[in-house]
Amino acid sequence: MTAVTAGRVMAGRYLRHVVRAPEEIVIYFSLPIMFVLVFGYVFGSGMAVPGGGHYREFLVPGVFVMTMFYGIGATGTGIAVDMNRGVVDRFRSMPMPRSALITGRMAADQVRALLEITALVLCGLPVGWRWHLGVPRLLAAIGLLLLLRLALSCVGVALGMLAKNPDMVATIVFPLAFPLTAISNVFVAPELMPGWLGVVSEWNPISATTTAIRELFGNPGIGSDSWPAAHALPLAVVWPVLLIVVVGPMAVRRYRNLSR
Amino acid sequence: MTSTIVAEGLRKRFRGGAVALDDFDLTVPAGIVHGLLGPNGAGKTTAVRVLSTLLSFDAGRAEVAGADVAGDPRTVRERIALTGQDAAVDDLLSGRQNLVLFGRLQGLSPAAARARAGELLERFDLAGAASRSAKDYSGGMRRRLDLAASLIRRPAVLFLDEPTTGLDPRSRNEVWRAVRDLVSEGTTVLLTTQYLEEADQLAARISVVDAGRVVAEGTPDELKSALGADRLEVVIREADRLDDAAAVIKEVTGTVPDIDPDQRRLRVPVADRVGALTAVLHGLQDGAITVADIGVHRPTLDEAFLTLTEKVPA
Repeated sequence: MTAVTAGRVMAGRYLRHVVRAPEEIVIYFSLPIMFVLVFGYVFGSGMAVPGGGHYREFLVPGVFVMTMFYGIGATGTGIAVDMNRGVVDRFRSMPMPRSALITGRMAADQVRALLEITALVLCGLPVGWRWHLGVPRLLAAIGLLLLLRLALSCVGVALGMLAKNPDMVATIVFPLAFPLTAISNVFVAPELMPGWLGVVSEWNPISATTTAIRELFGNPGIGSDSWPAAHALPLAVVWPVLLIVVVGPMAVRRYRNLSR
Repeated sequence: MTSTIVAEGLRKRFRGGAVALDDFDLTVPAGIVHGLLGPNGAGKTTAVRVLSTLLSFDAGRAEVAGADVAGDPRTVRERIALTGQDAAVDDLLSGRQNLVLFGRLQGLSPAAARARAGELLERFDLAGAASRSAKDYSGGMRRRLDLAASLIRRPAVLFLDEPTTGLDPRSRNEVWRAVRDLVSEGTTVLLTTQYLEEADQLAARISVVDAGRVVAEGTPDELKSALGADRLEVVIREADRLDDAAAVIKEVTGTVPDIDPDQRRLRVPVADRVGALTAVLHGLQDGAITVADIGVHRPTLDEAFLTLTEKVPA
């Protein structure tokens, strides 16, 4: 059994979970859609986009990024549920590559991310969001989102292994996810925030991906001429890769140490 | 036949400092059920987790199904299966999906995995519930599914960690039957249990585990006699007749009883429960010794462990 086959079988397992317990994915789908509607229509009328442009066109790319971010919760919970159960003992006592649990989860997360992106595209179009610069740039933007999701999968896996308890994952992720996405350029342009908060928002790693995909979609509000905004594209690659390099080995080590 | 499980001087200390295995020795010949009997925290589960490659160990040597546990865990994993206390199945998947998943992860093709899943569902009487989620199974069904998952590749050695804890008697009997069938097909089973009766029913040999080591070993019959026979207990009314009562008991049973003067109680091991009880009672009445209470008690497992651990030099 190769690591690739094992990873694929394990990814199939996680995707079957989605089919058999669709409640979870409904929550993960409805949250971003709600954000588009609430921010787009309720707060949107009072929102300005620096440099002009429609707020909902500014908002939708941010919600793409936010959705990737909230995926940490799904990954962490899924892994923690496994860790809490004897099923990991069975995996570990079988002659299969040990990497499969992690690679399978990350592969399944990529498929989920694609589904979430598709749902958001379908939700964005009727509220006025468009990609203006052609299909290749649309695909490049989706690629950046998937890269971000891959990095956040790593974080989720590590968190799920450390927490060992699904409730604990939710307790850690959700109180963090909201401020981390709000203090970024997802909903509001950093130029409109008080000075220091604006700086934090500009440097927030998830702002890099948001600005980068706004550029690639041709959406408004790609921001000030600050350094992180001006280098959003490379940063949208560097931040996730950095996260994978730092957190990935932590997750793997943690899994190995189960035998201690 | 050669030994299928050999453990020599296994030592395992957890990071918190607790010593779970302390010079643990075990030898299990092929083709039998070997019971590990012991109270909670004795180290039974740790022993199983070490032998099934789930836990590393600090010292000693272990060999399972002809492969070295520390040096070649992969080969060990190819030859074993594990059914733990907490059913090791995927709750969200159906019974059939579980078995197909574990079959695929063990290298079966999709078609072969489906075929094997079908066979096992039939064999463990789960065909009717095959498409229900495992989380909706009863305790007994889960344990059967768990056992089925362990048998996908017909392991040489099966580790069963407290397979019937929390099961009702009927489900327990079903699990026992499945274990007996397996052994008749040539699998070696290492069974941990807290229940003397379970070990008695299933195991050809038993190791009694306490404080991380094996403190006694033998066939169930050998152990039962070592664990202590039934005890006859007599409480009399008058403390000044204790010596007379002891004399009567010695005459009837051939053993000098333990005397507890404060409680006016005499205790003696007996082989023949009813016979000894009747004879002692008659003897005491003939001697005009007033009996306040009399009864025969089976040793509890706790008492048996106390007996056994006391024999071990510290």
